[in-house]
Amino acid sequence: MRQQPVLEVRGIRKEFPGVVALDGVDFRLFPGEVHALMGENGAGKSTLIKVLTGVYQSDGGEVELAGEQVRVTGPLQAQQIGISTVYQEVNLCPNLSVAENIFIGREPRRFGLIDWSAMRRRAAELVRGIDLDIDVNAPLNSYSIAVQQLVAIVRAVDVSAKVLILDEPTSSLDRDEVRQLFTVMRRLRDQGVAILFVSHFLDQIYEICDRMTVLRNGRLEGEYLTSELNQVELVSRMIGSELAGLDQLGGGKRRERTAPTGKAFLQADRLTRRGAVEPYDLDIRPGEVVGLAGLLGSGRTEAARLLFGADQNDGGTVRIEGEVAALRTPRDAIARGIAFCSENRKTEGLVGELTVRENIVLALQAARGWTRPLSRTAQDAYALKWIRALDIRPGNPEALVRNLSGGNQQKVLLARWLITDPKLLILDEPTRGIDIGAKAEIQKLVANLAEDGMAVLFISAELEEVLRLSHRVGVLRDHRMVAQLDNDGALTPERIMATIASGAHA
Amino acid sequence: MNAHALLTRLRGQIPLLVTAVLLVSMFSIGSVQYEGFFSGQVVLNLLIDNAFLLVVAVGMTFVILTGGIDLSVGAVVALSTMVSAWLVEEHGWSPFLVIPLVLLMGTAGGWVMGWIIHVFEIQPFIVTLAGMFLARGLCYTISVESISITDPTYTSMAQTRIPLGDLFVSPSALIALLVVAAGFVVLHYTKLGRNVYALGGSEQSALLMGLPVQRTKTTVYAISGFCSALGGVLLTFYMLSGYGLHAVGLELDAIAAVVIGGTLLTGGSGYLLGTLLGVLVLGLIQTVISFQGTLSSWWTRIVIGALLFVFIVLQRLITARRR
Repeated sequence: MRQQPVLEVRGIRKEFPGVVALDGVDFRLFPGEVHALMGENGAGKSTLIKVLTGVYQSDGGEVELAGEQVRVTGPLQAQQIGISTVYQEVNLCPNLSVAENIFIGREPRRFGLIDWSAMRRRAAELVRGIDLDIDVNAPLNSYSIAVQQLVAIVRAVDVSAKVLILDEPTSSLDRDEVRQLFTVMRRLRDQGVAILFVSHFLDQIYEICDRMTVLRNGRLEGEYLTSELNQVELVSRMIGSELAGLDQLGGGKRRERTAPTGKAFLQADRLTRRGAVEPYDLDIRPGEVVGLAGLLGSGRTEAARLLFGADQNDGGTVRIEGEVAALRTPRDAIARGIAFCSENRKTEGLVGELTVRENIVLALQAARGWTRPLSRTAQDAYALKWIRALDIRPGNPEALVRNLSGGNQQKVLLARWLITDPKLLILDEPTRGIDIGAKAEIQKLVANLAEDGMAVLFISAELEEVLRLSHRVGVLRDHRMVAQLDNDGALTPERIMATIASGAHA
Repeated sequence: MNAHALLTRLRGQIPLLVTAVLLVSMFSIGSVQYEGFFSGQVVLNLLIDNAFLLVVAVGMTFVILTGGIDLSVGAVVALSTMVSAWLVEEHGWSPFLVIPLVLLMGTAGGWVMGWIIHVFEIQPFIVTLAGMFLARGLCYTISVESISITDPTYTSMAQTRIPLGDLFVSPSALIALLVVAAGFVVLHYTKLGRNVYALGGSEQSALLMGLPVQRTKTTVYAISGFCSALGGVLLTFYMLSGYGLHAVGLELDAIAAVVIGGTLLTGGSGYLLGTLLGVLVLGLIQTVISFQGTLSSWWTRIVIGALLFVFIVLQRLITARRR
């Protein structure tokens, strides 16, 4: 019933040292369709795209383009055979004009010299062809990322793309810009271009895509018509095995929690940042653990970063202990008693080349100012106290942090913040990539800190973990806080998942 | 047209406009202050006295537009004067053989540096620094003394004055203007020129768009090498000697002229016309100070230093606003 696929991939395999990133994945793309590639982080989506665009060489399997077997050897060659990719970060030259960006490398020439008027005319035609009203003589960087992406698409298609791969093109676009992009995508689809669309936004997938391929753990989970797979089923296919395999440590017992009442330590009111998170409200009381759940890229981290002043909000206010607080930088937030353990403990938090002691006292020293150095004795005392309190191993304050295991590094990062005695502790994926024992210890620690009156914002991809610790769970989807569910004992991972999938208040 | 886009386009021109305004106001102030300053010949003398700097600065503009830098230019100028004087005076070679040879030598030297920069992914700063030491050192293997040139071709090039009405220019000044014109055509009307801008905008993107990044890079350094050698030839016309201490610090004057001319050191934005204005500004500072009469010539350096500070801060403000 269907025509030949324009792109067919069979049994593709890609290994990295110690990891099989793609394990015999099949994939088909038909002309004139928008196809979604779905999967959680690490499922192999980006590896597959990189194999298709020649950034990686596959270790097995074959690729067929328009019925002919091809070897994709590099991004340039991929373009030449008709596979073009537009990335989230636009790969054009911001300093050149729109027209030049479309035509550079293949400029129209007259008498051996570049024919600028022909170039402008043709660029203007192409741009008008997708209903884009821009001045093609203006430099590319005078336009928004959305427009720049459309220009990249114009270039890709004009260079003759049979297959257009759009890798997370909508991550930094607002609603109207997404609509504009979709209009262009539909038009190209109707012209017979095969479009592979990758996005974290389920609504967008369901709006634009005809079919989808779901990957999980480097394997093909299945290929579905969008109309035949509802969002709840899709989510469970994406994360299903993880849910089944959730660890049941601590007997899975959830503490009986009565949410602390009283005045909120922090109140966010319609807090927002364009392209990162839409306006949300959030109250956190002393002694309360508020969890944030949602798929990767749903805006969990972005929401938290606003509370720490790591990003600037575009709108809304934060009140701390009832007072409006302008959190312009992390320094402001730290001064108000807020601490933030970031999810990238290696790149954003710890200094691997320094010792445990030096890492632990770093924030405290920063808070005191560099003109008042902590004495070595004081440093040793602090380091030893927290090594003991958090059971950091090895218990040697002079060990280099980079030699510690992930769990112990996480504890060092926690110690660094706890030493400053914060009133609100924001934890972004504190247990990711650490072993089960350390995970349990960190969870216990968080629970104890809350019992002692600290307010905690706990972000995790593991729903069980969020449920075990939180009094309340904020659910994010597509950069929107869609619900705040009380963890009253009846709340289950399935219900949170249903909320993530449907976006409705469950 | 979108007003925002128009504004962004204008913003790219701000450094150039500032330089033009600066040049005009410096000239006006000089004219009001000093008798005999307000004359066409003063302007033409700027070109005559700075012809070699202008040629070198054209090459430097190409390099800086790609986001690179070429520190070897002054030394290559010196080496070119030295090789010319030595071959012509001590070996009796014909200038018509020596000049093409010197130009070829400079071009080849630049090409090799560009190749090293690209293939080994080394900072242009350090590669051309090595080139600078090498060229400067080679001068002294020929002679540690200055070699004066008495060849009639050279002396006539030094003395010829081409009349322009009541005024006159030197052949060197015309050659320099020709180089500016050629550079302008290459930068704006050839693929090579546009690739230079693309490379300065984003090397990564240029690569992904399938542009010949390596060829462009080696070519700009070859162009800079050619311009340096030609600058050296013009300097022999001007000084009538070859000397290892000629053009000491010329690379910095060239960079200063390019920056004052509005080309961003980060690459990708700037105009050759700006470089011409930049060279004229540097020359004018010198002229004003010599007209003034009591200030030591070191004031030239002080003023250039102050101007550079102003211009790099201006550049920073413009690029920061763009982001």
